[in-house]
Amino acid sequence: MPEKLDRLIDMFQMFDPSDRTDMLLSYADQFKEVPPAIATRPFPESHHVPQCESDAYVWALRQPDDTMKLYFAVENPSGVSAKALAAILDKTLSGLPASEIATVNCDIVEKIFRQNISMGKGMGLMSMVNAVQALARRASQS
Amino acid sequence: MAPIEQRGYAHPEALVSTDWVEQHLNDPKVRLVESNEDTLLYSSGHVPGAVHVDWTSDLNDQVRRDYITRDGFESLMSKIGATKDTTVVFYGDKNNWWACYAFWVFQLFGHTNAKVMDGGRIKWQKENRPLSRDVPSYPKTQYKASDRSDAPHRAFRDDVMGHLKKQGQLVDVRSPEEYAGTRMHMPDYPNEGALRGGHIPGAKSIPWAKAINADDGTFKTADELKKLYCEDNKLSPKNETIAYCRIGERSSHTWFALKYLLGFDNIRNYDGSWTEWGNLVGVPIEK
Repeated sequence: MPEKLDRLIDMFQMFDPSDRTDMLLSYADQFKEVPPAIATRPFPESHHVPQCESDAYVWALRQPDDTMKLYFAVENPSGVSAKALAAILDKTLSGLPASEIATVNCDIVEKIFRQNISMGKGMGLMSMVNAVQALARRASQS
Repeated sequence: MAPIEQRGYAHPEALVSTDWVEQHLNDPKVRLVESNEDTLLYSSGHVPGAVHVDWTSDLNDQVRRDYITRDGFESLMSKIGATKDTTVVFYGDKNNWWACYAFWVFQLFGHTNAKVMDGGRIKWQKENRPLSRDVPSYPKTQYKASDRSDAPHRAFRDDVMGHLKKQGQLVDVRSPEEYAGTRMHMPDYPNEGALRGGHIPGAKSIPWAKAINADDGTFKTADELKKLYCEDNKLSPKNETIAYCRIGERSSHTWFALKYLLGFDNIRNYDGSWTEWGNLVGVPIEK
């Protein structure tokens, strides 16, 4: 597990439900959509996260220093959790080599969201993590 | 979409538009209630003045699989500052699944002064109407509720069994995959919840989403709903009807459409739904 993400998860584990909700909303507020220089609507289906009811998209681009930069789009205006997770993944994984990002596991979703994970969105959020992992694996092999 | 009063509904007063809600944001006789599946949504911003009613912690008993008692309902109404004269307007995510579910639970206690906001939270957001993170506080009220009266609105498994023997009207509002028994939960949800797949024998498969317009989540007109339920699926508003899904929230949506929009006076929601029927020993199942 990448260290920065590991530390953040440790912090989430210490939160009570109210603090956890506030922190997730704070991350959702920090969400930045993929810039037009990278992708414009309609976003390509190849970047669409399957099973995600928030209609999320993900990109992983290799930077000149050989690290990766993650970008996301969340089309559903109610996709608050998807935006929070996207911001968390961007802030903790962007800037790392692909091989390190590829070690992220979808079990982080339960650890981060806990009581804020509803029936419908759990699968979609895990699918977002899996999409990031798949892109990183592909990049690390190329 | 035509205005609600022009859509030919049996009880148009049970449905209000987003325009109506915006015009009543400061109406002291109206209490807006947001009920969601996503527990983060209310905190992320809600219709100004709306209170949050959570289907698990506010409406369900915390030990038994059942709803709150009269005392619990009185406490809830007191907490949200509602009296018997308060018009409670429900809205929420997932095209109003949980809003209709909360509306239905309120009917168990006879709070008939209730409405649903057509199109739910997503329509409000897409129309760029105001959202607020301020959690409102209303003076506590003294609300005297009647004992919970399940019989008119709620079906239990024995009711369903009796209904089945009489070949009564049953509506399975789940996805076609759940109806066919190839999934135990709707697509994109964890595949869990029952030991057996399939449907209650004789149930018509009419997925809940067929009652709404896909573009904005509003309910279809009465003529469109009549075609769907009464012509294509041969349901009669005069006959006793039971709707079910997996845990009773999607079927609350269909229950609302059939009862208030089409005038099915004798319809009940089987909230035990597939998580009960699909786990019961020895009950008949069709695939």
